[in-house]
Amino acid sequence: MTPSIQADRYIDAKGQMCPMPVLMLAKAIRDLQPGQVLALSATDKGARRDIPAWAEKTGNKLLDVIEQADLLTFYIQKAV
Amino acid sequence: MAERMSLVLFSGTVDKLMAASILATGGAAMGMEVDIFLTTWGIEAFRAGAYKTNQKVSADFEEYGPVMMEAMQVKKAPSWMENLKGAKEIGEVTISACSMTMELFGLQLSDLEPIVDEVTGVATFVERARESKISLFI
Repeated sequence: MTPSIQADRYIDAKGQMCPMPVLMLAKAIRDLQPGQVLALSATDKGARRDIPAWAEKTGNKLLDVIEQADLLTFYIQKAV
Repeated sequence: MAERMSLVLFSGTVDKLMAASILATGGAAMGMEVDIFLTTWGIEAFRAGAYKTNQKVSADFEEYGPVMMEAMQVKKAPSWMENLKGAKEIGEVTISACSMTMELFGLQLSDLEPIVDEVTGVATFVERARESKISLFI
């Protein structure tokens, strides 16, 4: 399934266990300009809830979540 | 003011250090200030170089120690020290050492890992923790 959102940066967190997905996300978001989009792929089961919780807490926007078997790809927009 | 998480880290076994480091990392990743107060065996775990050879697991689960350590290796889990370093990189994490334990064990700040920021007393911890949203004893 081709995602329709264009990401400015892609983070591969496949195979990484908690807390790595949110840690990698927190690190990477610093390098983005406000409004830019980051895509993060994760296989960690906790990420399904963790990434949205992170976005909610930090004021960044979760645009979409694409699910392909065990792989979740999150599209996050850095707060403007 | 950012919300704060206070962790009292009393334990020195890898299983509990992992839990503490993951909580601290989670807090830091979520934009909280994280205050870690090391005391007793927590200080032992932060002696310079100790983390490299620490294989201790809680006594009740001693027989699972080797299995757990191996699983962490196989699944490439970051070590608790790596998690804490990562947390410090992305958030405000302060690691303080309890002055009483330091005194009892005859330690100076320079005897501990450089990641430990300062030596403080219980009053400092209480002052900081009274405003914390999350306070945990590990």
